[in-house]
Amino acid sequence: MTPSETRTDAAPTIFAVEGREALEVARREGRPLAETEAVVAAAEAWTPADAAARTEANEERVAAIPGSREPMVINLGPQHPSTHGVLRLITQLDGEIVRDVHPVIGYLHTGIEKQCENKTFWQAITLVTRMDYLSPFFNIHAYTMSVERLLGLEVPERAQYLRVMISELNRITSHLVWLGTSGLELGAITIFFYTYRERERALDLFEAISGERMNHRYFQVGGTAGDMPPGFEGLLRQFVTEMPSRIDEYEGMLSGNPIWIERTKGVGILPAEQLIDLGVTGPALRAAGVDLDLRKAAPYSGYEHFDFNVPVGTAGDAYERFTMRLREMRESVRIIEQCLDGMPEGPHMADDRKVVLPPRAELATSMESLIHHFKLVTEGFMVPEGEVYSAVESPRGEIGCYVVADGGPKPVRVHMRDASFVNLQALRPMAKNAYLADLIVMIGSLDNVMGGVDR
Amino acid sequence: MSELRGLIEQACPSSTLEEIEHAGELTIEVDPDRLIDVCTFLKAAPGGFAMLSDVTCADFLDGGGGAPTGYRFRLAYQLFSVETGERVRLRVWAAADDPEVDSVTGVWATANWQEREVWDMFGVRFRNHPDLSRILMPFDWEGHPLRRDYPLGGEEVQFSDAV
Amino acid sequence: MALIPPPGAPLERAPRTDPNIDRDLRDEEVAQFEQGLLTTTVEKALAWARSSSIWPATFGLACCAIEMMHTATPRYDIARFGAEVFRASPRQADLLIVSGRVSQKMAPVLRRIYDQMLEPKWVISMGACASTGGVFNNYALVQGVDKVVPVDVYVPGCPPRPEGLIEGILILQNTIGARGLPTSSDLRAAAAASV
Repeated sequence: MTPSETRTDAAPTIFAVEGREALEVARREGRPLAETEAVVAAAEAWTPADAAARTEANEERVAAIPGSREPMVINLGPQHPSTHGVLRLITQLDGEIVRDVHPVIGYLHTGIEKQCENKTFWQAITLVTRMDYLSPFFNIHAYTMSVERLLGLEVPERAQYLRVMISELNRITSHLVWLGTSGLELGAITIFFYTYRERERALDLFEAISGERMNHRYFQVGGTAGDMPPGFEGLLRQFVTEMPSRIDEYEGMLSGNPIWIERTKGVGILPAEQLIDLGVTGPALRAAGVDLDLRKAAPYSGYEHFDFNVPVGTAGDAYERFTMRLREMRESVRIIEQCLDGMPEGPHMADDRKVVLPPRAELATSMESLIHHFKLVTEGFMVPEGEVYSAVESPRGEIGCYVVADGGPKPVRVHMRDASFVNLQALRPMAKNAYLADLIVMIGSLDNVMGGVDR
Repeated sequence: MSELRGLIEQACPSSTLEEIEHAGELTIEVDPDRLIDVCTFLKAAPGGFAMLSDVTCADFLDGGGGAPTGYRFRLAYQLFSVETGERVRLRVWAAADDPEVDSVTGVWATANWQEREVWDMFGVRFRNHPDLSRILMPFDWEGHPLRRDYPLGGEEVQFSDAV
Repeated sequence: MALIPPPGAPLERAPRTDPNIDRDLRDEEVAQFEQGLLTTTVEKALAWARSSSIWPATFGLACCAIEMMHTATPRYDIARFGAEVFRASPRQADLLIVSGRVSQKMAPVLRRIYDQMLEPKWVISMGACASTGGVFNNYALVQGVDKVVPVDVYVPGCPPRPEGLIEGILILQNTIGARGLPTSSDLRAAAAASV
């Protein structure tokens, strides 16, 4: 099947086609099925006749040897209310107990990395921001940091403070979505409406400063696209003054709630060494007791000037991750207040006319600015040869951007290391021998965004 | 020669080929046959690189990027030290025809999905990988999308500036 | 069906909530179909009931899904327009809001969910990616979800504001209910009846 054809000419049958395709490809290439392919084929190979035969065989087996029941293979997703997006889970269930789970991803693969190679460095910002769509600023931050380091471009201090301020606001909004949707999955529907009430106000702030509620392109190579508009500071101060009392509300709703505690305490524990080996970062790792936060471990964008704590837990279960994220929201509020209090004067963009667009007012008076603008928009700026990997601490963990440049206006390679993609690998060891209901809690507590997983 | 490369050479002699320092980052090119030895040493060393942040690949179809003849795919392993916050990048070249590299899933479990993605997108095989199947594209997809000779695809749009 | 009003005619703009919003463009087509559809009082009542309680299915894919969630929350609240709950099972849902980018791997899944829905069913393609492929004109995405399922309303935006999605739902409601314009559902029913 050629790439440009859509995949809908195959007549849709009741049972899925992916397993059949994998079997055909394996047969054609003369190789055995890989593990994931075998699991998908097994999940989809059940026709109704098959299911009846297997049930009978199971009954006979159990009658002969008690406890030898073959696990049932159940497919969860990709369209499923509790998978936080299009995640497909093929679970092997023994009654209610999950014996094994295989996440199958790729249902939101967008080809962002390939498309970035066809865009100039400036145009790629709009693509990269749509990767992990709940933390769009962090995607851009990692990308622009990489490009700035390749260029050797220094970001002015005011721009750094603006970036930190908006990033922390993004952290708060991302945790609000996580809290709302996790509660929604566990049946705590009220928290969903409460958190989105706050998120609406934060999105108003994003709209004021960047023009968009989501998928902004506010961070640019060299600084930020604009400064704070008049009145913004007052609105933001109002928001951060009220936020701690709102977090108290959420804690009042959930932290002492016996149902919440029963469902999340002791669920999804993995030892810290295994988490590090799996590459897990972010609140999931900090809940297990590892004090790793890139804002402190490898500070960037002026984070070393701010006074904040990094919450670290001990238990490593879903309840601890929940507590981590609430405490992180409080710390983000502190950082935003410090940004507002200590915002330095100065430009919001670097001054290098070969990279940064000139201010629009100058275009009417200066020929040179006009030429710079023209060249930057049509051709783009050239980035000297090299490769760089920059990472930021996003609400989910380490988001990194690996950029390879060759002196031209377009990148050779842009690779986004996404936190959710790596964190999701921890689901399989976590879910072994847990209840199916706990599996849902674990997915929620890992806080994965499928846009980042699939890119 | 940097300190880190010196330590690696001491533990695994003649395993590193080159090192590059650029934009404040250290890249060490490693002999593909010694990759696992180097990785095992770097992970186990005191204050070592306990976390593998990223495994990725860049395709240098027409040379460039320092490609030796016959080599096309440049893999990059981003290592991160949890204790010191240090980063280092290991670089390994894979051949243009039937590219194959040893899998480091035995050293860091996180390499599992990362290497599957490199296989899916670039076609670089990883020896001894527990589950080398497509991860982002459908199982029956033909071709490896992120290779430079693979077209971008999509629909033709008039007056679009996309190349 | 003149798009350009004749010279001398006053330029009017129908208010946004006017159910007759497209009357001047679709008169001939409507006259044809109205002979077969929605003539009886019972059918008109059915149309009113259906349009006033369209329950969407949870089919959030990407960024547009977040804005779709916002549409369900107190500030924008589509429950007041009848979309009281998002049903998880397609068997219980009336409306499929395809919110987000549909990849090649997801297209058969989308089709299967659509097939599982019971008539009458409608589809809103929310956002630029679902409508045309959006910013991502490449190998990985289906360039427009109407290659996979029949779409009734396209809502542009990246992502569309919640007000945009609400307008899409209102247009769909007007189409089903007061005006009697055929939706894809009615066309299928008419085709099945005429066979």
